[in-house]
Amino acid sequence: MQLKIDSRTVEVDADPDMPLLWVLRDLLGLTGVKYGCGIAQCGACTVHIDGVAVRSCQVPAGDVWGPVTTIQGLGTPDAPHPVQAAWIETQVAQCGYCQSGQIMQAAALLAELPDPTDDDIDSAMEGNLCRCGTYPRIRAAVRLAAAKMREQKT
Amino acid sequence: MSRAKKIARRTFLAGGAALAGGIAFGVWRYHTPYRNPLLASLNDGEAALTPYVLITLQGITLITPRADLGQGATHAQALLIAEELDVDLDQIATDPGTPSVAYWNRALADEAAAFLAPGDGILHGAATTTVAAASKFLGLQITGGSTTIPDAFTPLRAAGASARETLKRAASQTTGTPLAQLTTAGGAVLLPDGTRLPYTDLAATAATIDPVTDVPLRKPGQWRLIGKPTQRLDIRAKSTGTQTYGIDVTVPGMMHATVLLNPAQGGELGKYDTAKAFEIPQVQSVIEITGGLGIVADTTWHAFKGAKAIAADWPEAPMPETMAAHWQALADSFTEDRLDSRKRDDGDVESALAEAEVIEAEYRAPYLAHAPLEPLCAVVRVTDTEAEVWTGTQIPRFVQANVARLAGLKAEAVTVHAQMIGGSFGHRLEDEVVKHATEIALQMKGVPIKLTYSREMDMTHDFPRQIAMARMGGAVSDGRVEAFDLSIAMPSVFASQLSRQGMPFQGPDSQIVAGAFEQPFSIPHHRVTGYRAPELAPISSWRSVGASSNGFFYNAGLDELIHAAGADPLEERLRLCTDARARAVLEAVAEMSDWSGPVPGAGLGRGVALTHSFGVPCAQVVEVRQTDSGLRVSRVWVAAEVGRVVDPVNFENLVAGGVIFGLGHAMFSEITYETGRAQQDNFDTYPSLRLPQSPEIAVRGLETGPEVKGIGEPPVAPAAPALAAAIFAVTGQRLREMPFSKTVSFA
Ligand code: FES
Ligand code: FES
Repeated sequence: MQLKIDSRTVEVDADPDMPLLWVLRDLLGLTGVKYGCGIAQCGACTVHIDGVAVRSCQVPAGDVWGPVTTIQGLGTPDAPHPVQAAWIETQVAQCGYCQSGQIMQAAALLAELPDPTDDDIDSAMEGNLCRCGTYPRIRAAVRLAAAKMREQKT
Repeated sequence: MSRAKKIARRTFLAGGAALAGGIAFGVWRYHTPYRNPLLASLNDGEAALTPYVLITLQGITLITPRADLGQGATHAQALLIAEELDVDLDQIATDPGTPSVAYWNRALADEAAAFLAPGDGILHGAATTTVAAASKFLGLQITGGSTTIPDAFTPLRAAGASARETLKRAASQTTGTPLAQLTTAGGAVLLPDGTRLPYTDLAATAATIDPVTDVPLRKPGQWRLIGKPTQRLDIRAKSTGTQTYGIDVTVPGMMHATVLLNPAQGGELGKYDTAKAFEIPQVQSVIEITGGLGIVADTTWHAFKGAKAIAADWPEAPMPETMAAHWQALADSFTEDRLDSRKRDDGDVESALAEAEVIEAEYRAPYLAHAPLEPLCAVVRVTDTEAEVWTGTQIPRFVQANVARLAGLKAEAVTVHAQMIGGSFGHRLEDEVVKHATEIALQMKGVPIKLTYSREMDMTHDFPRQIAMARMGGAVSDGRVEAFDLSIAMPSVFASQLSRQGMPFQGPDSQIVAGAFEQPFSIPHHRVTGYRAPELAPISSWRSVGASSNGFFYNAGLDELIHAAGADPLEERLRLCTDARARAVLEAVAEMSDWSGPVPGAGLGRGVALTHSFGVPCAQVVEVRQTDSGLRVSRVWVAAEVGRVVDPVNFENLVAGGVIFGLGHAMFSEITYETGRAQQDNFDTYPSLRLPQSPEIAVRGLETGPEVKGIGEPPVAPAAPALAAAIFAVTGQRLREMPFSKTVSFA
């Protein structure tokens, strides 16, 4: 099947029922996307499909309905997306394993709500588990990213 | 492959003699008799100035042998070397090196060696078993017990200083400039006229010079990096999805695998039927391993699918049938013949309680999974002559030895490539995943096998935190705590953990009373007794080990007594406190929280707790707010005394994370077993604290003590009892059993 991933069109030989998570990780080597639970409980596998944050462990490859963006397509170490830049500046990560998903979730939130309230942040980020407990810095980084992105727009 | 990873098994000529392409230098020789493992792979013009510094024409690599589990160990180790070496953090690469006795854990070993003296160290009990067991630990490169910073603080700075002075000598020799006129900065020696001689250009000459040792270390006022906020070396990679963890390792030709283990923990493999699994064309083979099956396929997904398709009858495991029976075993352990230690016995508890109105209570702490977000994983390739392992581990030398044993190879024939770890909390002090991967790889020689546990396998086959029970009896008079008798029963964590490494353990196990017996309070009649319960579920070290349950028991018991005495929980703790460092953290949280008592306003409750663990006193005030949807933990103030805050950004992050870890498990989590089967297998049934429930946390690090201490574990223990006390303040309800969500509801 053909998928559009991180602005490239790729041909993959996958069963339609294989979750997008494993297509990305095992077939395409996009290991920035993480496996944490496989049952939509942790958010580590979050990617964007058509700009919407989804749990890639829950999306069969055959059902992918639009272009996919992973953490590696959102930005790069040399040219990070503003949300990634805020994560770097805030030094959020401990083990870092959840952070791909956290960042993708936050990027989708800010694309939709450039000036989120604390409640907006709480409800958008609730599904993303961090076992290291980086939540205080995640909150700070989302706010910083929001401020920076609004600044850039004006 | 990085240079340090090529470090091989060529023979080393002892004593600093010239080798082909390099020379042995450095403080390692004066501190320890171990060979510098970097020497074996040197080419001409390269210098391994110590086991921690490798300089080639291409660049400078600092070796950071303690595992990075997310606690920032790589960054902190590099920072200590860089401080004295005069390199900037953006000029260096890091490499975990290979397992080597040169990287032994000095802080753990010191505690093991001092096993006859009273102490609160993590290995204190383990070392008392036999001298043989202690000496086995001495050479082991273990990451644990919050020892990375204390262990590294002096030797790594000394390594940097030694390398720097040797490079200066090389510069002096090359240019004829007197040594005294040379300075160093930014990875170069500077001549008086400002000319820069990069270290990389000096490496070849340095390799011919005798190492400079006994270099005096810089005073704190001269530090550029230590104690200053720096950007973590891994922060950019971890924010862009480009950090590679063990689970991301790809080796050419590798196959994916998973395991299907007897759901009864510790049970054996029974009858099974693989027909349905082989209907999945991508499933290549099913291999019998200890306690279950390994399923090999083209991708992780097909291996998972294959595992689900296998039908099996599983024999029972050697564990009590019901959870009630686990608890009963603890309740039955408060007996003379199960007495393990009485490390505290002040005054005369028996008489004091005989004469008084006794306040009694019983407390419980459940099994808890480690559940780091990265599931267990390992890549192993075995041939007839050698083996390679790619995994994240806190015990690389055990991993090496175990793979060698299973594969019938010498340890030197096993190469371990240490990987970044996506959280551990003690999970990777075990190496079952590597043993399983090796068992599979042995049946498919030459093929790299990448074994990934499903979350369900990871959680149900974790070796959890100990289950524990405590009984308290105490008395008060004249508004003061007079007597406090605490008895704790739990199985031995060390006995369980060491048994999996084939090491015997008799005890006593200091972890049974750690976080309780050594608390800095002077109560006229005070006793702490540990009882060793029989082995139930196999258990392991979980972030803060014994203190994770005992910090709760001790503070909760003390809190009930203080309340009965009608005293203020913070003031009474201060009055009883005998230790200056502990006083300082209590005073700090009082000031930070503007402490005015347990009920600072309507619908608000506050609790305080202090636990001294891993040599660090840590105090916390937790505030709880009553809301329409339940109790909400709103704010936490926390202070810890660590002698020196080496990396302030990481310090704050680790303390806040430790508080959240302690709170979250106390609120929501437990593992229960029915017929040996863990009843929780994923994050839906094993809930954690999530962002909306995360309180505001104010952190303060105190630097008053003489010794540098680690901070990974100490913030965990005081969180649960401070929370319980806050809930009592706002609801009047005493919580004596974790998780608290069994009794109250949280917003
Ligand atoms: S792996 Fe998809 S939500 Fe956890
Ligand atoms: S940083 Fe480790 S799980 Fe979030």
